[in-house]
Amino acid sequence: MRALYAGFLCWKSWIWVVMTGLEVDLVHAFANDSHMNQNLRILVVEPNSERVREIVDALKNAGWSDVKALAQISALDRTVKEFHPDIVLIDLANPDRDTLEHISYATETSKRAVALFVDQTDDDLTQAALNAGVSAYVVDGLKMERIKPVLETAIARFKMMRQMQSELDAAKQALEDRKTIDRAKGILMRRRGMSEDEAYNLLRKTAMGQGRKVIDVAQALVTASDLLS
Amino acid sequence: MSHTVLNCGYVPLVDCAPLVIAKELGFAAEEALTLNLVRQPSWSALRDMLALGHLDAAQMLSPMPVAMSIGLGGLPAQVDTLMVLSVNGTVFGVSNALAADIGVVPFGDAHALLKALHARKGKPLRIGVPFHYSMHRLLLSYWTAAAPDLRIEEITVPPPRMADAVADGFVDAFWVGEPWGSVAVQQNVAQLMMTGCDVWQFAPEKVLAARHDWVDANEDAARRLMRAVFQASAWLDAPKNKPLAVEILGRSEHLSVSPDLIDPALTGHIVPKQNATPIAIERFLQFHKHAATFPWRSQAAWIAHQLGADAAGIAKAKACFRSDLYRKNLSGIGADMPGASEKEEGALRFETAVASTRGHMILAPDAFFDGRTFDFP
Repeated sequence: MRALYAGFLCWKSWIWVVMTGLEVDLVHAFANDSHMNQNLRILVVEPNSERVREIVDALKNAGWSDVKALAQISALDRTVKEFHPDIVLIDLANPDRDTLEHISYATETSKRAVALFVDQTDDDLTQAALNAGVSAYVVDGLKMERIKPVLETAIARFKMMRQMQSELDAAKQALEDRKTIDRAKGILMRRRGMSEDEAYNLLRKTAMGQGRKVIDVAQALVTASDLLS
Repeated sequence: MSHTVLNCGYVPLVDCAPLVIAKELGFAAEEALTLNLVRQPSWSALRDMLALGHLDAAQMLSPMPVAMSIGLGGLPAQVDTLMVLSVNGTVFGVSNALAADIGVVPFGDAHALLKALHARKGKPLRIGVPFHYSMHRLLLSYWTAAAPDLRIEEITVPPPRMADAVADGFVDAFWVGEPWGSVAVQQNVAQLMMTGCDVWQFAPEKVLAARHDWVDANEDAARRLMRAVFQASAWLDAPKNKPLAVEILGRSEHLSVSPDLIDPALTGHIVPKQNATPIAIERFLQFHKHAATFPWRSQAAWIAHQLGADAAGIAKAKACFRSDLYRKNLSGIGADMPGASEKEEGALRFETAVASTRGHMILAPDAFFDGRTFDFP
């Protein structure tokens, strides 16, 4: 089995790309015409100088001129600090990938996107990849002239996924908050014989008086009530 | 029994031996399995390949399935540990410059070594480890936590580059699996100071892992794979087989390491520095004896605890070490089973006989260097 894939691991402003299989044609990428108008800083980690030139040329032809190449992983720490890349390109077969991943642990890693380039078509695998949060699943590897659209697709999809995730998180949080506020209202209604509206108004008044949020007051009440019961 | 082909990922280190032996000596074939061993360039690549189903099973660093179970690092996937592939087998070494700096420290004295490193002035120590979620890194953190103001920086270095990283001054010290410690000594760039056993006497090092849903859907294949690997590990631990094992591993296309670099790990004779007499280390690398293959749920709990997991995380970690499957799948081939699936980690100071299904199981010492014990009820 030849491993042809690329992974985009994103955190903060970083997008980290693991890439290989550059010689294979036929790209099946997600159709997406979004324009990437910002100029991305790209760091290429690759010991083979000929290949570096190939990749850098492809990136420059694609309109990305802020590209830096690095042959030695030992300089990575410093390079990252000085260059602040948005994207790091590295071959999957490069063992330095573990080092890159470690550097990512030092930063926020909760939000990341992955794009995979594989050499076989399999609906189950594609589905598994997409379920796992993969941003682009590209069958048959990646060709030089397709670097730009594939990167753009993956970045756009990652952004979309991140947006969806934060909306989902917000919706979940709102639901949780609602439950807590309902419990707090219930406590006030039982203990103080208030109506639902009165209970809510008291929570809101208390919150305003203390410069806190209604949910915080409700949470405090629920916690206190749990402790006392 | 229909014939099954399994893609099994591995990283070329001495402790991938049970997989290589299962294939080369026909233990897999006896179970009607063709073991397709797929070499992986890095642990992150191996993990992603397993998570996405390109691999059916894989050799993994023992903290990897635990980390994945509690949602740390990499693609989210539920990966189970079917059994432990090897216990111990790692070494801690320092560059020649650092060795000169800290003076003479007796080999294997974790306390004295920590003290000597602590007494040293200057920049933070840069210490190379193979992967963030590795037993090497966990043991390093556990050990150095005993000297809170010792400043260290953990740096991930692919093991085959560890010797070069020391030679270039990129790291001052390293914690690595064999043969890469011996390689650094052979190149005369470093001295070995202790082994992993000096910090934890019975540390699960590599495990056989597979995706949880794959195990569910392929019960029979999982059982055959576990049986083949179990037989291979039993063969590997028999002293009379060691020379042949070194020979087979040395010739194997799967490892591409010369026999003289495989020998120290398999025979437990570590050469700490160039031209020094080898030191015999008991249980340097254990494949089978003392229930080495048994996936103790308490081992998973210890790993999760070191990774900072809460009670819920520890419960998830325990569940991913499949001692239930181990019991179900291996009792038919005469494997002795301990009476419990958890133990108090660190409590055994000597070889100890414990209750088991066949009544003669002896567990090896599993003490930590600082004498702490861990119970995760």
